[in-house]
Amino acid sequence: MDIPYTVMPRRDTGLYNAKLGIWLFLASEVMLFGALFSSYILLRVGSYPGVWPHGLLNVPVGTVNTLVLICSSVTVVLGWAALKANQFAKYRKIQAITLACAAMFCCIKSYEYYDKFTHYEVILKDGRVIDGHLVEKVGGGQMVDGRRQPPEAIVIHGVEFPAEAKAAGMAKVPLLHNLEKASGHHLEHKEFRIPWSDTKKVQNYGPWHNTYLAIYFTMTGLHALHVIGGALVIGWIWGPGAAMWKTDPERYTNRVEVSGLFWHFVDLVWIFLFPILYLL
Amino acid sequence: MSHSTKTAHAPAHEAHHSGGDHHDPGFWRTYVFSTDHKVIGIQYGVSSLIFLFLGFLLMLAMRWQIAWPNQPIPVVGGLLEAVLGQPASGGVMGADLYNSFGAMHGTIMVFLGVVPLGFAAFGNYLVPLQIGAPDMTFPRINMASFWSFLIGGLIMLVSFFVPGGAAQGGWTSYSPLATTIPTDGQTYWIIGMVFLITSSLLGSVNFIATVIQLRAPGMSWMRMPFFTWAQFVTAFILLLAFPPLEAAAVLQLMDKVAGTSFYLPTGLISGGKLADISGGGSPLLWQHLFWFLAHPEVYVLILPAMGIVGEIITNNSRKPMFGYRSVVYSVLAVGFISFIVWAHHMYLTGMGTKISTFFQTTTMIISVPSVIILTCLFLSLWGGSIRFNSAMLFSLAFLPMFGIGGLTGLPLGFNFSDIHLHDSYYVIAHFHYVVAPGSIFALFAGIYHWYPKATGRKMNELLGKIHFAGSFVFMNLIFFPMFAQGIAGMSRRMSDGGASYMVNDATADVVGRLAKSVIDANIGISTAAFLLGVAQIPFIINFFMSLFRGEKVTSDNPWEATTLEWQTPTPPPHGNFPGPVKVYRGPYEYSVPGATRDFLPQNQPSRA
Repeated sequence: MDIPYTVMPRRDTGLYNAKLGIWLFLASEVMLFGALFSSYILLRVGSYPGVWPHGLLNVPVGTVNTLVLICSSVTVVLGWAALKANQFAKYRKIQAITLACAAMFCCIKSYEYYDKFTHYEVILKDGRVIDGHLVEKVGGGQMVDGRRQPPEAIVIHGVEFPAEAKAAGMAKVPLLHNLEKASGHHLEHKEFRIPWSDTKKVQNYGPWHNTYLAIYFTMTGLHALHVIGGALVIGWIWGPGAAMWKTDPERYTNRVEVSGLFWHFVDLVWIFLFPILYLL
Repeated sequence: MSHSTKTAHAPAHEAHHSGGDHHDPGFWRTYVFSTDHKVIGIQYGVSSLIFLFLGFLLMLAMRWQIAWPNQPIPVVGGLLEAVLGQPASGGVMGADLYNSFGAMHGTIMVFLGVVPLGFAAFGNYLVPLQIGAPDMTFPRINMASFWSFLIGGLIMLVSFFVPGGAAQGGWTSYSPLATTIPTDGQTYWIIGMVFLITSSLLGSVNFIATVIQLRAPGMSWMRMPFFTWAQFVTAFILLLAFPPLEAAAVLQLMDKVAGTSFYLPTGLISGGKLADISGGGSPLLWQHLFWFLAHPEVYVLILPAMGIVGEIITNNSRKPMFGYRSVVYSVLAVGFISFIVWAHHMYLTGMGTKISTFFQTTTMIISVPSVIILTCLFLSLWGGSIRFNSAMLFSLAFLPMFGIGGLTGLPLGFNFSDIHLHDSYYVIAHFHYVVAPGSIFALFAGIYHWYPKATGRKMNELLGKIHFAGSFVFMNLIFFPMFAQGIAGMSRRMSDGGASYMVNDATADVVGRLAKSVIDANIGISTAAFLLGVAQIPFIINFFMSLFRGEKVTSDNPWEATTLEWQTPTPPPHGNFPGPVKVYRGPYEYSVPGATRDFLPQNQPSRA
């Protein structure tokens, strides 16, 4: 049994099947990320004035990641073009750069996530807030009755916000970085050793910390899953799937084109994510 | 098993592969892990019928509790207690169990029952045949779509048995309630939904690509049967409307397992104290994202059914479809407009007048193409030579039943009347009319109609007519009184059937209370529900018995139909058509003046 138009395009549409398929799939992905962007807008517009964080993310690092993905989008096209010109070896080399860019993106993203998970906000019982990176947790960690014991002390390298920094009438600790920036006053970075018994709440900058981080982790996490998935498919076609070049070069080239289209979409989503999460 | 690699193989293989594979793929690859659209269609069909049956059982248990609150459920009460423990203690359905049955009844019927049967089962089996294609464009993705569906369904079923029970926040799963109920069942629901959404997305890509790319020569767009048009629009709806629910589900999952506050507002009190959350979330966000899918979803429930009714009515009237072009344009219009009406489910959220005016307007507008389709189906009967077989009886009944369902939607579409009717039994009556004696009747009709093509035997007509009579009578006895109950003010989702709001004295101040007569109607309704179950027994017997003892068909086209699925061997082989297909005419050339027979198949060459 033979399914027509798997390789040769159908005349009235000008498309082969997989190309139409991937564009349809991309339409659904636009709706998926569109829903998340809409959620971002609704949450940000609905937030208390002055509370939405700015400057939590490292812009130069994000810019590098953006350039890495743009580079990979270029190489994915060059790789496909090489195949169209029957230059398999050149395609192999260029596509390897695409995969390397994907890996680099994931590494940089992992570093960014690690940076957030080691960034702590410690609210003390006397109302002061200490905010900075974790140096060490002293003691604790043993399992007693199925629960992990808290440390005896926590060492943070960061800044201290005095008790008066808490905005009047707010139930939650305001985003003190905004206030710090607004005041133009730079607080001194130093190391604080805080006994656990002095703490009221200790929480790192995970998705649970505030709505901004929640939407940041969700959107970049889902995007990263798409980067990984796309890289796996491109990698499989590049590696084990390359046997098809010998038996059906046109169909193989189509596979490279279709996975390249998906890759461009993944890059495009990042082009929207970067300004919205990092710059605005 | 080579499908599309045939062109790539070296010429030496050509001689072997003429006309079809002769390699025997074995039992597993033929019947279980098949990429053939007909096998996949039957897999979806059988699975969805089982899920429909399970959803029905959930409803029966709920209806017992509604009519006879806090009485132990006969027969199954002990079983429920043995399996589920405390929620069913003493064989009585507790309130939490009622809520979980309610949420899962809705979820199972919509996502595991009607959509897989109407769209995936009938669509997979018939669409490639109706357009003259050998299979779907992406057969392996088709298989993946079925298995994703089945895994999602199994996850949903497993959720009943986790500590805390299945999801209990309604099929609508509104946050914060859905995530603050202390059960893992909601997490299972979310993960199950992700699998089901994935299955739908894979399927819809396949359907759209197949209809665009694989129509046989001569099968132009306006020669496609209405059923295929309906499936095409349904696939677009699924493709574009499901992803926002997937996003919403991801956010709700994060709220449940990662401690985020996407839908949890600042200052939320849970369990009597301030919840330890970051806050800043919005319950309205869930509602918008959910209904953005769930409104188009109801068109997914009805369009395949309309398509089926269109095929059966034209065939059993021996007449072309009245207004085929109008019907096609209307189904496209319904597809588009369905995306801009969703907030008519949210009139009571404190919406401003400008927004609610917009949604009321679009809601009224969408009724126009819907009525055009229904009217054209009605008018297709005029002057016809009607054959009253079981398929036709169900299809005929669909028309007024869907009419009632649709018309009763109008007061819900206006916000001033919806203030009173929102979340009442009126809503339950409205949507069950469109789905139960609406969609499900059409799906039954489709089973009776296409059974001979898939199996080579007809279903028994007497059992079919008994099934029809019982279903028709009891469905109306169940749902019609609910309109009155809703107008009287009875709320939905009450585990005691409204007993705690009941007032006996007819002269008492009854504002906010329900008269005894309203509550007592529950008894008649629940009795009718059980009898509706009994009325399905002839169908179940018929379905299985006819496989072995049904009247064998004497031709490949026993209903003398024009569309391409009937111009194949019975059942169609792998690859569907023995030779190349060419289409010469439209889909409903019945009773053409001057023709020798009262129907002209689409692929029959014209005589000079």
